[in-house]
Amino acid sequence: MKIFLARRLAQSLLVLLGVSFIVFFILYLTGDPALVLLPPDSSEEDVQKFRQAMGFNDPFIVQYGRFLVGALHGNFGQSVRHGEPAFGLVVERMPATFQLSGAALLVALCLAIPAGIVSAVRRNTILDYVSTVVALLGQSMPTFWLGIMLILVFSVQFNLLPSSGRGSLEHLILPAITLGLFTTARITRLTRSGMLEVLSQDYIRTARAKGVSDPPVVWKHALKNAAIPIVTIVGIELGTLLGGSVITETIFAWPGVGRLSVQAIYNRDYPVVQAAVFLLSSTFVLVNLVVDVVYTYLDPRIRLQ
Amino acid sequence: MSVPISAGAVNLAGASNPARREWVVFARRLARRRTALFGLVVVTVVVVAALGAPWLSPYDPVEQDITNRLRPPGVVDAGGRSHLFGTDHLGRDLLARMIYGARPALMVGFAAVAISGWLGMAVGLVSGYFGGRIDDVFMRLADIQLAFPFILLAIAVIGVLGPSLPVIIVVIGVSSWVVYARVVRGAVLSLREREFVQAAHALGSRDGRIVVRHILPNAFTPWLVVATLDMARVIVIESALSFLGLGVQPPTPTWGGMLADGRVYISTAWWLATFPGLAILVTVLGINLFGDGLRDTLDPRLKL
Repeated sequence: MKIFLARRLAQSLLVLLGVSFIVFFILYLTGDPALVLLPPDSSEEDVQKFRQAMGFNDPFIVQYGRFLVGALHGNFGQSVRHGEPAFGLVVERMPATFQLSGAALLVALCLAIPAGIVSAVRRNTILDYVSTVVALLGQSMPTFWLGIMLILVFSVQFNLLPSSGRGSLEHLILPAITLGLFTTARITRLTRSGMLEVLSQDYIRTARAKGVSDPPVVWKHALKNAAIPIVTIVGIELGTLLGGSVITETIFAWPGVGRLSVQAIYNRDYPVVQAAVFLLSSTFVLVNLVVDVVYTYLDPRIRLQ
Repeated sequence: MSVPISAGAVNLAGASNPARREWVVFARRLARRRTALFGLVVVTVVVVAALGAPWLSPYDPVEQDITNRLRPPGVVDAGGRSHLFGTDHLGRDLLARMIYGARPALMVGFAAVAISGWLGMAVGLVSGYFGGRIDDVFMRLADIQLAFPFILLAIAVIGVLGPSLPVIIVVIGVSSWVVYARVVRGAVLSLREREFVQAAHALGSRDGRIVVRHILPNAFTPWLVVATLDMARVIVIESALSFLGLGVQPPTPTWGGMLADGRVYISTAWWLATFPGLAILVTVLGINLFGDGLRDTLDPRLKL
């Protein structure tokens, strides 16, 4: 177990190193940062001085090393637009993004797992068809369109829920549904197929033959085994949610990292973009590390591999 | 009941050629799945709309008519021109724009899938066949790729390089290879141990020939299913980028761009945001249904 943990941890660190390199490389692609950061009427001499002072004349690998050391200290440079450290700006917005992603995941799990179970247990009934069709639609619906349609119906037509901002619980409802729908659809389909597979196993037949009634068979015997792939996909889906928050936050003016980074890209505020991409990716890597560890408790076979 | 003469004829014609007979069996099985057939019809309609836009479209998609702005669906304007889906804030016909909007969506879809598909196929073949160090390296690269919030990475790169059709295609294409690589790698790992591959080895075939002639054709099926379903994902991403203003630039109509326009007029002109979104939904749904049918027909055990 210790060896597994150590290997998995080393793997995550390697992934983060790769992430840091790509994040750095994106900025490197922008071309001459001096032209972006300095006023356009600066003299050639000023540009040269600035380059030397900021280290833009150093070799690529030296610049990357400096970036990496800075990143490890939480130093991504100053935001060009806000004049504050980029790291602080992003960290400040993290709770809002976590809240939204968490709420979306909660919505997804609360809807998807019961729907998937009912679909599998009552296979080929009207309930199964409805949940399958809804899942299919949910998987094909673009997030941004769903968000706009929800605003159209619940905010514009009936004036029931706020369409933008963060504050009360009411502000959270529409964005969480919007962000969570795709994940809901994915988990519904996965739960259904997982349950169908488990329900046809010998041990379920044994349990039934012993006279165990329906609910315990479904909840205790079947769900426990069908839960394993669901736990994995939750880790992966969290990445989808963190990424999807970029669009959902833009639509609902939700003050999170996603909206901040979209604005930063429009403003060419690259230190903020780097900090945001790096922090969101790190979160994702961390979550998947935790998921993998939880996974080994659920399914001891994994440890042996 | 009438005798299905044509079906019998097809069968006879195919009997002479095993490969062709297999095709006919496959097509029949696929056709029996009504949802897959529906998907195929939808996809065909969208492709025809994209290819035939200049002939099918009722009006010029970029022609402005300020006197007839924000007309609701079905209204006939003063000039006697009818607008089935209404007009936008510049008086442009919504239907015409939706038909033309299929072009960037499909273009990005096909081109990006072509790039990521072949990239992933190459990585999967090499990784699965040779294994060892090279496999480790590729799989770590895949982990790194997957650790990025995709859309954020895409907008960062496009924001830096500037939005244009080639940039969008390359960015989506280059960053979507992982699913293909993993599926092909998995297929190769099991194919590698099969007798016909061992036999080719024993007969002295070189690695390159074994991979291309014996392994690739057998790993193609799962790859095709992934490619179909990935196309749906790519079209949503293209629309999302256009929605954020980082897609193909105006005045070229894009579904995502139309949605972004429509969002501004959400309280006065509901149709502006509704119809382009429906176009995306129906297209993506059609591709997904077709892809699901393809998977179930080709290999029901495939879990994607």
